[in-house]
Amino acid sequence: MQYLCLIYQDEKITDAMTPAQQGAFFGGYMQFTKDIRSSGHFVGGDALQPVATATTVRVRDGKITTTDGPFAETREQLGGYYLIEAKDLDDAIAVAARIPSAAHGSIEVRPIQVHANM
Amino acid sequence: MHERITALIRAERSRILASTIRVANGDFELAEEAVQDACVAALDAWQGGLPDQPRAWLMQVARNKVVDVIRRRVRLRELVADQIEDDATGAIDLVAVPDDRMRLMFTCCHPALAVEAQIALTLHTLGGLTTDEIARAFLVAPPTMAQRLVRAKTKIRAAKIPYEVPEARELGARSDAVMAVLYLIFNEGYAATQGDALVRRELCHEAIRLGHLLVELTGAGRAELGEIAAEAQGLLALMLLHDARRDTRTDVHGDVVLLDQQDRTRWDRAQIDVALAMVPPALRRRGGPGPYALQAAIAALHSAAPTAEATDWQQIAALFAELERRYPSPVVSLNRAVAVAMVEGPAAGLALIEPLADALGEYHLWHATRADLLRRQGDRSRAVEAYRAALAFVGSAPERRFLTRRVEELDGTS
Repeated sequence: MQYLCLIYQDEKITDAMTPAQQGAFFGGYMQFTKDIRSSGHFVGGDALQPVATATTVRVRDGKITTTDGPFAETREQLGGYYLIEAKDLDDAIAVAARIPSAAHGSIEVRPIQVHANM
Repeated sequence: MHERITALIRAERSRILASTIRVANGDFELAEEAVQDACVAALDAWQGGLPDQPRAWLMQVARNKVVDVIRRRVRLRELVADQIEDDATGAIDLVAVPDDRMRLMFTCCHPALAVEAQIALTLHTLGGLTTDEIARAFLVAPPTMAQRLVRAKTKIRAAKIPYEVPEARELGARSDAVMAVLYLIFNEGYAATQGDALVRRELCHEAIRLGHLLVELTGAGRAELGEIAAEAQGLLALMLLHDARRDTRTDVHGDVVLLDQQDRTRWDRAQIDVALAMVPPALRRRGGPGPYALQAAIAALHSAAPTAEATDWQQIAALFAELERRYPSPVVSLNRAVAVAMVEGPAAGLALIEPLADALGEYHLWHATRADLLRRQGDRSRAVEAYRAALAFVGSAPERRFLTRRVEELDGTS
């Protein structure tokens, strides 16, 4: 059985941390990832870019609309996810608009953090 | 000399920035720093005389700076070395350097950015406005505007909004977004709302300048840009025609002067003539005229009439009917009703206006138009009632004074 663990947090809290606190916090993530890799739990996972980089894609009457910002409707529920490789945001939006739920729901497109040293 | 250099840099800046952003792989902040450094270097180096090709000089310095930073940043020497070989073989050949301002326009007006951010970014990168000037124009605190710009640039980089002219498939919708931003900038400067008059005039001029640029770039670009070029001419003509009348729209007290009362001898005739020449090609777009071209044609008929009485309302009503058919909106229907009333009388106008009550019930101009037609019909008490309804929704002080005056006139005679 696979499970998706969704991480919700207030960005202001991590932004307000001192460098030492941030170091300890992200060190905790590195340790946790290492632990679940060795225990065989880990399938995948990534950090996302801040919510300010989010774009919400909807298709209504066959027309794609994009809006700046995260998905905000509280009456819709998270129903799944795709991790995609796209050339740029336009490419990603075009793919997101083809997800069938885009026709009545909303697809939030968030870039994955890329680490420069990888 | 210093002033000449500053003026030259100001004129070239957006083009150099657009090219540098491409070299910096879409990193706006890096490119802006590099262009800034190049301009500072030019102020010093050019005191003794200008180089043969100032633009190439600035581009070269900015580009070298970007390459330096990228090299230090990623240390991928082999990869960067390839790129440098392309770029740094002697002086920049101006003919070979594409004009990248078109990419810059499309990226600044990308729909994944909030509209306020699109406007601010366009004014900041393509227009020469500083953060403080943009903040003043939009009545927000400078730090708020600075943050808006930083956030937009961060999103472009982090979400990888592409730095390119979109593919043919998306070109129509995306160029609509570019034109919408230019028209919003113009209207922000033109609408009689609030704020510093000089700053607002500057916004109109900036929108017109960018409109000229869009016409120039689409006219010389890829073949499929041709249809956009036609509509861009429509947009530019529309802005020029409105702007030509700007000084006659208010009197010395700042009160509203309606079109039929304006002093037509004070309209900017030279500017109107420039705009009138653009209207026919704009209307001849393949697939039929766009919304800006049709509105420009309407404005052109007003501008061409020597007196208010000589206005060709029949033709204006027909153009509004075409606009309504192709691009329906309640506000267009309201305007068509006004034109129809001028041709066929107030009753015909009122018949078209009443069905718009649901859509425009909170729009002061719907009530004001209705009031005016009732007044012309001689229905004084219902006209006063409608003017009062308009007053409940009006925003600007001059418009409020205008409506109040109308109510007083009617009340005085009843």
